[in-house]
Amino acid sequence: MKYLSEYRDPTLARALIGRIRQTASRRWTLMEVCGGQTHTIVKQGLDELLGEAIEMIHGPGCPVCVTPLEQIDRALALAAKPEVIFTSFGDMLRVPGSACDLLQVRARGGQVRVVYSPLDAVALARKNPDREVVFFAVGFETTAPANAMAVWRAAQLGLRNFSMLVSHVTVPPAMTAILDAPDNRVQGFLAAGHVCTVMGWTEYEPIAARYRVPIIVTGFEPLDILEGIYLAVRQLEAGRYEVENQYVRSVRREGTVPARSLVERVFHLVDRQWRGIGTIPMSGLALREEFVAFDAERRFGLSGIRASEPTECRAGEVLRGLLKPLECPMFGNRCTPEHPLGAPMVSSEGACAAYFNYGRMRQRQHAEV
Amino acid sequence: MATTSLIDGLTCPVPFASTDRIQLGHGSGGKMSATLFRERILPHFDNPALAVLGDAAVFRVPATELAISTDSFVVSPLEFPGGNIGSLAVHGTLNDLAMMGARPFCLTAGFVLEEGLPFDQLDRIVAAMAAAARRADVPIVAGDTKVVERGKADGLYINTTGVGVLHVGARPGPRGARVGDAILVSGPIGRHGMAIMATRESTGFETGIESDSASLWPVVAPLLNQLGPAIHVLRDPTRGGVASALNEIAQAAGVGIELEESSLPIPAAVQAGCEMLGLDPLYVANEGILVAMVPETCATAALKCLRADPLGAEAAVIGRVVDDHRGFVVLHTSMGGTRIVDMLPGDQLPRIC
Repeated sequence: MKYLSEYRDPTLARALIGRIRQTASRRWTLMEVCGGQTHTIVKQGLDELLGEAIEMIHGPGCPVCVTPLEQIDRALALAAKPEVIFTSFGDMLRVPGSACDLLQVRARGGQVRVVYSPLDAVALARKNPDREVVFFAVGFETTAPANAMAVWRAAQLGLRNFSMLVSHVTVPPAMTAILDAPDNRVQGFLAAGHVCTVMGWTEYEPIAARYRVPIIVTGFEPLDILEGIYLAVRQLEAGRYEVENQYVRSVRREGTVPARSLVERVFHLVDRQWRGIGTIPMSGLALREEFVAFDAERRFGLSGIRASEPTECRAGEVLRGLLKPLECPMFGNRCTPEHPLGAPMVSSEGACAAYFNYGRMRQRQHAEV
Repeated sequence: MATTSLIDGLTCPVPFASTDRIQLGHGSGGKMSATLFRERILPHFDNPALAVLGDAAVFRVPATELAISTDSFVVSPLEFPGGNIGSLAVHGTLNDLAMMGARPFCLTAGFVLEEGLPFDQLDRIVAAMAAAARRADVPIVAGDTKVVERGKADGLYINTTGVGVLHVGARPGPRGARVGDAILVSGPIGRHGMAIMATRESTGFETGIESDSASLWPVVAPLLNQLGPAIHVLRDPTRGGVASALNEIAQAAGVGIELEESSLPIPAAVQAGCEMLGLDPLYVANEGILVAMVPETCATAALKCLRADPLGAEAAVIGRVVDDHRGFVVLHTSMGGTRIVDMLPGDQLPRIC
């Protein structure tokens, strides 16, 4: 199959692992930014295959995981309103809010629907003029263009019953927040290939130079990730710190200009709270004043909803790469995918869920050693 | 066709019977009910046991052990590439019997119809149901129809109950899995679920995948005849897919299960659809394949037997039962790594990006 099996070739994977091992004169600590990359690593057992040569720290790039609890509670409040049809990507449905999740709201009669594109939500609003259709706009720069397009389209159509609960975040400020932390251990990054498909990599050049870390724009298939690791290790061994593009089949330096322009036209940068991490300055996207009529928070007066995280959940440390899911005392006992304490255990891209679903064998093996 | 005006409806105390849709009156037990059954159900299923129209069907059974199974079908959309809720309702129950090693003998059918269901759709569904039953040579001998108000059901629901005659000398069951068994599937994985998803969800992609919905008895019968008690386990991996079925077996039998990723027969279109939606084909529903466990020494014979029928043409050995990690299913990835293939907490949810 084109674009899939080629990037999962076991022989090439073994060759790359061999080269990584040969090149690394010491153990290097790298962070893969995106939750999709975390899943490939754990699902394919790449961390196991890399052994001692490389330590992979799983980054904050899971939109479900970093959406603040308050925003989830606002979603739940909206979804429970009888006049609202609440639309969302599938994996937000099981994320626990303070009291329940969207699936439970649906079971109690709330209109909660999974959509694959925010434009489907716009279509739903056109079809249901007597209902308020709200879309839960979460995600990084990857989903921002489609969400911007939905607002743009709703404005063009003059829709008055469509709005968005926006919780968009951007990658570069999170990377600098990680590098600025006094306990940072990250020596190089695999940047999220799909984010860079939209944004390009110019934003990363000053970060690589200032913090002297290699940043490799990396894809999501096993061979992409192994090649990304190899390029990072090669730079580290040579004392270089540059932005390098592994994901050449998808990413150009300037990104996808029309998509970027649309995002800039509809959204502007704001301070944003990240679940488990705290507020990062200028790390979020919010609707520009021109499009504020589509802001669900304002339309429904939700700013009064406040929430605080359960204290026993250590998702923040996991998201900053300070704690491995297996090292969390709650992992697998108090916190499971059926009864998650925090978002990383819920989302299919969450580091805790990835370990729970794919990695418990290794936990067993650790315990037996 | 005559149209019903609002005025007609108001002046006429009896529901206007000449219509193209199900009305509440069709569930009244009166003339409309009788007409519905006589004109739209009975002709499709006609057989001596049903034709008596008594309160229960009467039939002779062979002097042997019987198996009985019931299942309710609530699929949306009602019609999908490769079948509809009618054929599915027949195949589903026949396959539950077949997995116990029981030759399907007769079926019953209960319908819950929603007011407003178009007759032409009901006709297509009942016809597909009858065709599926006929192909499997299993009569539908008793049935029931009820009508509920518009909005109280998703078009229609069907319950089928099947009676089967147990095969002499084979007792496949989830607890039968033994260390050293080979694990086989009879065909490609994930087609039914992906066909449904591609139709149901506004995914905007066309897969060309058809549901695999089919009666499995034609491949089960030769397996049982040739290998008899060596067939330790038979399972149709429906909801929850192959992964959930194997987990149930690993837990029921207290054994470990190992799968080889490179051996899994996953059609390219299913794989691509799953990649796009962020789903794992191992958890996608099937309605026309089975999982079988037989001693390693019988694996080749079982494979040959499955492949002899077109339904099993793509049968494959996908793994083995082991003495390690009891209760767990572990997959050896093509990359050479390993991972647990766990039960899902609920439905698979499509990913953001």
